[in-house]
Amino acid sequence: MSDAPAYLKTEALSLRYGGKQALEEIALEVPRGEITALIGPSGCGKTSLLSCLNRLTDLVPGARVTGRVWVGGKDIFAPGTDLPALRRRIGMIFQRPNPFPLSIRRNLELPLREHGIAERARLDETVEKALRDVGLWDEVKDRLHAPALRLSGGQQQRLCLARALALEPEALLMDEPCSALDPLAGGVVEDLIASLRGRYTILIVTHNLAQARRIAGRAALLWWKEHGGRLIEEGPTRQIFEAPRDELTAAYVQGRRG
Amino acid sequence: MADARAARAADAAAAALVWSSAVLVTGVFAWVLFDLVRLGAGQIDWAFLTGEPEDFGRGGGIGTILVSTGLILGVCMAVAAPLGLGTAVLLAEFTPDGSLLGLLVRRSLDVLAGVPSIVFGLFGNAFFCVYLGMGFSILSGGLTSACMVLPILIRSTEEGFRSVPDEYRMGAAALGMSRAAALRHILLPAASPGLVVGLTLGIGRALAETAALIFTSGYVARMPESLFDSGRALSLHIYDLSMNVSGGDPRACATALVLVALLLAINGSASWMAERWLHRKVSEA
Amino acid sequence: MSHSTKDALLAWVLRACAVAAGLIVVLIVVFLCLEAAPALRNAGWARFFTDPSWHPNRRAADGTFNLTPMLWGTFFAMTGAVLVATPLGVLSAAFLHFYAPKGLAVYYRRLIELLAGIPSVVYGFWGLVTLVPLINRVHPPGASLLAGIAILSIMILPTIALMADAALANVPRAYLHGAAALGLSRWGTLRGVVLPAARSGLFTGVILETGRAIGETMAILMVCGNVVQTPRSLFDPIRTLTANIALEMAYAMGDHRSALFVSGLMLMGQIVLLVAAAEYIGRGRVHG
Ligand SMILES: Nc1ncnc2c1ncn2[C@@H]1O[C@H](COP(=O)(O)OP(=O)(O)OP(=O)(O)O)[C@@H](O)[C@H]1O
Ligand SMILES: [Mg+2]
Repeated sequence: MSDAPAYLKTEALSLRYGGKQALEEIALEVPRGEITALIGPSGCGKTSLLSCLNRLTDLVPGARVTGRVWVGGKDIFAPGTDLPALRRRIGMIFQRPNPFPLSIRRNLELPLREHGIAERARLDETVEKALRDVGLWDEVKDRLHAPALRLSGGQQQRLCLARALALEPEALLMDEPCSALDPLAGGVVEDLIASLRGRYTILIVTHNLAQARRIAGRAALLWWKEHGGRLIEEGPTRQIFEAPRDELTAAYVQGRRG
Repeated sequence: MADARAARAADAAAAALVWSSAVLVTGVFAWVLFDLVRLGAGQIDWAFLTGEPEDFGRGGGIGTILVSTGLILGVCMAVAAPLGLGTAVLLAEFTPDGSLLGLLVRRSLDVLAGVPSIVFGLFGNAFFCVYLGMGFSILSGGLTSACMVLPILIRSTEEGFRSVPDEYRMGAAALGMSRAAALRHILLPAASPGLVVGLTLGIGRALAETAALIFTSGYVARMPESLFDSGRALSLHIYDLSMNVSGGDPRACATALVLVALLLAINGSASWMAERWLHRKVSEA
Repeated sequence: MSHSTKDALLAWVLRACAVAAGLIVVLIVVFLCLEAAPALRNAGWARFFTDPSWHPNRRAADGTFNLTPMLWGTFFAMTGAVLVATPLGVLSAAFLHFYAPKGLAVYYRRLIELLAGIPSVVYGFWGLVTLVPLINRVHPPGASLLAGIAILSIMILPTIALMADAALANVPRAYLHGAAALGLSRWGTLRGVVLPAARSGLFTGVILETGRAIGETMAILMVCGNVVQTPRSLFDPIRTLTANIALEMAYAMGDHRSALFVSGLMLMGQIVLLVAAAEYIGRGRVHG
């Protein structure tokens, strides 16, 4: 499919919520270091697909996953998988910014401490670096003890990104990270994501097709069929938008359906 | 025409009925409070609040009674709070809907909430006083009250946890945090209003209790020296003065006024906190 | 400790808490049964209903154990109080939702919540010093079934009022709009639409208040006179099951003590039935 080796790979991945099928037989490869956009109409299973990749589905009562998922070559549904380690390697950014109701600093430190980093100097250094990476350092360096919930929406989302980056992940899963922000703040976050290309493997869900074209090297279209969401087409962004092979893709990217 | 007139008359009559029942309820409440204040307010002073009862309670104060009551509440909360918190966390965070354990525990707490206090008294006497050999003591009374307040405490705490948005749980899990850590650092602080409201309601319930304490913490009005001493609770003091001590009414009334004032403060702050933090109404119902 | 062992440990601790909390009811039933066993063995169930009187003795053979007057006492006091408190409570809830001006409703609700928190011993005391003398002037002795019903009604009123309040709040707005569109009067809406729609919530409220009425001890004990007899008029003194326990536990020994646990067991049985009924009705509400 792609030249770069896949970092995330699914095979015959299906997901059911209780009696309801949400994903059917998804076979997707996300190449290392690339930004891949996941597009598709509302309710086709994009969020569900993301949450299979870091096994957040474990937290959803009634969710059952079949098929296989490899992250960095390891089968994550194999018995004995170290979930905290897996989730440390894969950061996740949600649609609504979800900083914890703690101070800005605690938001970043808490997960670090959880992963065994307790040394003061190291913590301070990591916190500062992560905040600099998302361009938040100058805005908040004087009020690291202020509650994170007092930041603006855009700042909160960047804080969440910093929180994920602080754990030095290999991949980032992003679920419409700009859609709850105003265009200006959304633009800042978008530029930030674009700047991460090459350093992280990124799978980003977006309803904003222009955004997908701007930042993503590859794109994948998910579509709701009778038995849940299916992967319709995957390829370089150029090809998906300019020379789609599937009729549905053509219709969707031209805004005729979805 | 006649029908319409009849309907209008019925409507007016119903309105009159509704208003008069509201007035009646308010009136009775005012009457009770008025009587308590009229008969009791004059006797309440610092000496009354701190002194020891004299002459079977006809004279002196309620200082020792307040201490005993405080100790009973202390024991009650020291036991009920951790147990209730643990149960509430299990029910709210660790039990999928329809799990057998969750179902059984909930059912059993529903029954527990309906058990009459005199039955708690019988049980406390048989189990704590006799079987476990604690005798009539503050410890027995506190443990019996703990059993009694658990359902209120658990219900309120569980609601506190349910009002915490799922985003926090997902966010913590996505960062690779253990559930224990998410619970300790994020969910527990966020759910603490429910816990505080529950504790406050529980204290209110335990403070109001009489029947469960008669045969568990006992009647002794002296200053308790340890948790193994019998100690008389405020509510029991009122009962004893009005039923068993002739001429005890004035002091009983003053004690009742103190108890009601305490309870109004406690329950009032519980509902204030619940409305402010949990955006809900509380009730003991 | 690794994450997963920590989580597993936590889960076990929580489970232990929940099991302990859940077992309290079982423990209560077990100990009631254990303590009631001697009386049931030495006297048997039947004598609690057929003996000529209630003159318990530490040896079953030397005493009489008829609980029926107390059962009647409990029954009459409970029924009277439910009959008085239910309409008042439901009307109070109607007042809150449909009649009271907004500002007033807030205060009235607060008032009922406060009423709910006043301890029974205080109501009992008030009954003793105010109500009983009042009734005494009309018809001695004053301490009577009537006084019991009055105090018990005040005690359980908040329960039914708050439950009815919640039940009315759950009635879908659409029903009200529909009724208004049909030109129904306020009372017509209430009687024809709201109360039927809130029926199951109201039933649950009545069941809960019944439970409280049966289990109430102190208030009843202080105003009812505590004479063991089946009342023939509202002005007769009565003794309820709960009051009987509270009065005699202090000195009861042997089979007498055990007999009091038998009456505790009866109370417990009634409560379990009521909770089951509330559960049944509540479930009906969920499924329509
Ligand atoms: N926890 C859940 N329980 C049951 N069904 C669910 C759950 N979460 C999602 N679904 C269902 O699964 C399907 C896919 O949902 P999902 O949230 O993955 O869609 P989506 O593509 O992310 O939509 P959107 O673009 O609106 O965010 C939907 O039909 C949804 O109703
Ligand atoms: Mg989504």
